[in-house]
Amino acid sequence: MKAIKNIGLVFFLIGLAIFTGSLFTGSFSLSEQEVVAFVESKGYKSEIIKEKLTKAIVTDESLNIFQFSSRVREAYKASNDHYDALIARYDAEKNWDKKGAQFQYKIYGKSHTLSYEVAKIAGSGFVKDNAGLLWWLTFGLAIVGALLFILPNIVLLGKEGIKNNGIYHESSTNRGWIAWLVLVYLVTFYLVLYFMPDYAVNWTYILDPISKSLNGGEASQWFVYGFLYCVIMIVMAARMYIKYRHNKYQVIRTTSVLFFQIVFAFLIPEIMTSLNMPGYDFKNAFPLDYDFFFEWNLDSLRDSGAIGLFILVWGIVLTLIIVPVMVYFFGKRWYCSWVCGCGGLAETLGDPYRQHSSKKLVSWKLERWLIHSVLVFSLIMTLVTLYCYFTGTESFLGIKSQWIKDTYSFLIGAWFAGVIGTGFYPIFGNRVWCRFGCPLAAYLGLVQRFKSRFRITTNGGQCISCGNCSTYCEQGIDVRAYAQKGENIIRSSCVGCGICSAVCPRGVLKLENGPEAGRINPTEILLGNDVDLMALVNQNNAK
Amino acid sequence: MEHIVIIGNGISGVTAARHIRKLSDKKITIVSAETDYFFSRTALMYVYMGHMKFEHTQPYENWFWKKNRIELKKGYVTAIDSNNKSLNFAEGDTLSYDKLIIATGSKPNKFGWPGQDLNGVMGMYHKQDLDNLEKYAPNKNVCKRAVIVGGGLIGIELAEMLHSRHIPVTFLVRENSFWNGVLPEGESAMINREILRSNIDLRLGVNLKEIKGNTNGKVTSITIAETGEEIQCDVVGLTAGVSPNVDFIKESDIEIGRGVKVNRFLETNVQDIYAIGDCAEQHEAIGSRRPIEAVWYTGRMMGETVAQTICGNRIEYKPGHWFNSAKFIDIEYQTYGWVWAQQKENESRFYWEHEDGTKCIHINYDKNSRTFIGINTFGIRMRHQFFDKVLTEKQSVEHVLEHLADANFDPEFYKLYEREIVSKFNQENGTNIQLKKKSWKRIFA
Repeated sequence: MKAIKNIGLVFFLIGLAIFTGSLFTGSFSLSEQEVVAFVESKGYKSEIIKEKLTKAIVTDESLNIFQFSSRVREAYKASNDHYDALIARYDAEKNWDKKGAQFQYKIYGKSHTLSYEVAKIAGSGFVKDNAGLLWWLTFGLAIVGALLFILPNIVLLGKEGIKNNGIYHESSTNRGWIAWLVLVYLVTFYLVLYFMPDYAVNWTYILDPISKSLNGGEASQWFVYGFLYCVIMIVMAARMYIKYRHNKYQVIRTTSVLFFQIVFAFLIPEIMTSLNMPGYDFKNAFPLDYDFFFEWNLDSLRDSGAIGLFILVWGIVLTLIIVPVMVYFFGKRWYCSWVCGCGGLAETLGDPYRQHSSKKLVSWKLERWLIHSVLVFSLIMTLVTLYCYFTGTESFLGIKSQWIKDTYSFLIGAWFAGVIGTGFYPIFGNRVWCRFGCPLAAYLGLVQRFKSRFRITTNGGQCISCGNCSTYCEQGIDVRAYAQKGENIIRSSCVGCGICSAVCPRGVLKLENGPEAGRINPTEILLGNDVDLMALVNQNNAK
Repeated sequence: MEHIVIIGNGISGVTAARHIRKLSDKKITIVSAETDYFFSRTALMYVYMGHMKFEHTQPYENWFWKKNRIELKKGYVTAIDSNNKSLNFAEGDTLSYDKLIIATGSKPNKFGWPGQDLNGVMGMYHKQDLDNLEKYAPNKNVCKRAVIVGGGLIGIELAEMLHSRHIPVTFLVRENSFWNGVLPEGESAMINREILRSNIDLRLGVNLKEIKGNTNGKVTSITIAETGEEIQCDVVGLTAGVSPNVDFIKESDIEIGRGVKVNRFLETNVQDIYAIGDCAEQHEAIGSRRPIEAVWYTGRMMGETVAQTICGNRIEYKPGHWFNSAKFIDIEYQTYGWVWAQQKENESRFYWEHEDGTKCIHINYDKNSRTFIGINTFGIRMRHQFFDKVLTEKQSVEHVLEHLADANFDPEFYKLYEREIVSKFNQENGTNIQLKKKSWKRIFA
């Protein structure tokens, strides 16, 4: 069994190495005709970009993606610099007409994104030519390897039950060097994905055939991300199923997040795209779906006829009615640990790291400040965007619409949710984003805290303060602090994953939806201690 | 300002300190020689098993004590001078008090076995025991086999701990079946099976004769009294129960029996000195409870109670209906009310066991009045509040079975066995109890 695990690990690492190594392969260049065709297809007005690009990438040299990217970005920069210089010159000459005429020649966009578009058509080499084989050598090998590593646990973990043995002895789960390596890999991955997609263009080649069969188009870096996301969740869900096979709540919950990720977040949008509809994730509620009210999305929905209108109405109803009503009946868990994609990754890939969330009081304070700030930020951004959209102005309340959207997308959308949210799993735990950053979680949390039937019931006086519940709470709730006082746990941040209840050795905790009366139960003296309570109450009142 | 000194920073002492602080502004000092901060003794096993780090066993962050003006003093009390109201420390210094709470807990029993003080022989009670185990049994290479002597809760926990590091364990149990002084036959047999299923070498009905060591004073083997068999081992766990940790009081004026003798107000014979928790011994047992109860929650309750008394609201210690819980490797156990190992004259029993042999319930009731007396539940979680109410209201066994769905405390979606249980009861007793549907209204009433 151990040997199978080790073989699996080797397979996985080889797959991962080939996957990573594939980025460094292939050569990138275009012919003159291709450059012309590309520039025309993009509708660039710049008169020199064609020449610059031709000089940069029409070559017999074998450029790798990094050299290629650098040349392409140079070309775009040279073109823009050229017109900037003209703008500066006409500005100095106070020739406003000519100055104004130059702006149309500038090419806007992030340099790596522009470069990605060229690279996508410029690549050639083994990876692109052998996408199927490469899929097996990367995804295939890593999936098989990971499963070989995970499946023997059915036997190795022993009988059904909580098996957290050795978690704090292993480098990977105790913030050792393996954990740090994983962090570096994940962070790098997200930096590439969000900020340097051109570097990852080889990955898109591997998935082109699958993308074409699903939506008719070639794979983008977002397709790669979505596909990878699903694959990782499926494989790590297998791990969850084995680890918690005695716990039906965990099994059903894992199935639920898996279903919503694969069907709602991945397949349905892909199929919609293939039908020329806007690809929409029907479970992704605003304000987590922060660009729902961005101009481009509203325009795209407006131009998509009936389905567009339906999506618009659904998105609003989802946030304003479905989400709070469901939270009232079931707590925010229905979303955060049963439906949500971020939650889904956290509960599968992130499960081995759940113990790293900080339980300190200062973290709780930070959490409340941060998450509510992000909520306010997202609402202000949306307000500004919508105002500007409907009035046609560029700013509102002195805030520029484009600026606030860019800032939010960069700080919250990319850095907080992605790079930190997932990249830091191995060190800060699997719910950093959900706990400190997600504006939707903040909204759900407010409903859960003040108007909900959900609570974690504490079973009278049975708690022995062992601390398993707090240790394994991914949201950093000091569950024990409540349990040992006989108090129910009512916290806005609780995502209802149910692990506190699972790891409790004394059967103290139970997630329940019940009547609101008595949901919050501050207790002076715990159940089981039959002091004369009336005397105690009178005594307290007398003071 | 009145100075309250508490000896012992376990659950009893710390609970007393917290509640005294809630109720008053008195100066509070907690004395301990074991650790700087309060930790949960019951969680030591999880540190060795790698579920947690030691810091996770501490329920309060380190700033908590200063913020609540609870002074912590590390020191070993050697004597109590009740005439001068002062404590003497092994370190040479003294500390004076106005009121003293003795909350020194227990220590593992040793019965004078030859070799019981060798290196590698240890209990599993103190933080130091954990450090010792880490030293002598870090893995299966250093510790090729461990022998555990004494079949109680700590014994089986120690077996589980060692097993988690793949160290072969021989488990010597004096009784003919595990913990059968407390558990009835069916439950006890279930735990025997659970132990064997974990590949632990369980030896029932045997006693330790002696522990042998090498010239370095380290344990090398043990001998079994009944068979004379010698078992090579590197660690011996002595888990034959605990007794009050009161040796340092023997020279004082405070009356002790096995523990510190206290009345129902937790007062000792000496004015202004109280004793709570494992080390306290009631003059007369309360209800069916034992005079000394080494249980987590009774320590906590005594702490809650003594705080009231010290803060001017003198109240009796009144533990309510008996309850307890434990986990035997993978089988959770809860009990509410009394289910004695041996059925009493007036009692009738109902036992249901699931076919997989890892879940059961055992109900005890009065055969004449049919009043519910208690329940043991294994592998099924039950609601404390439900049974507390049932016991207070002196409800019948039929009432309990009828409302069994309200009692269930298992996580959502778990398979429910109430129907099966009730139908077995009906079959055996010729009754026609109809299981009622779970009702939130009743549960939260």
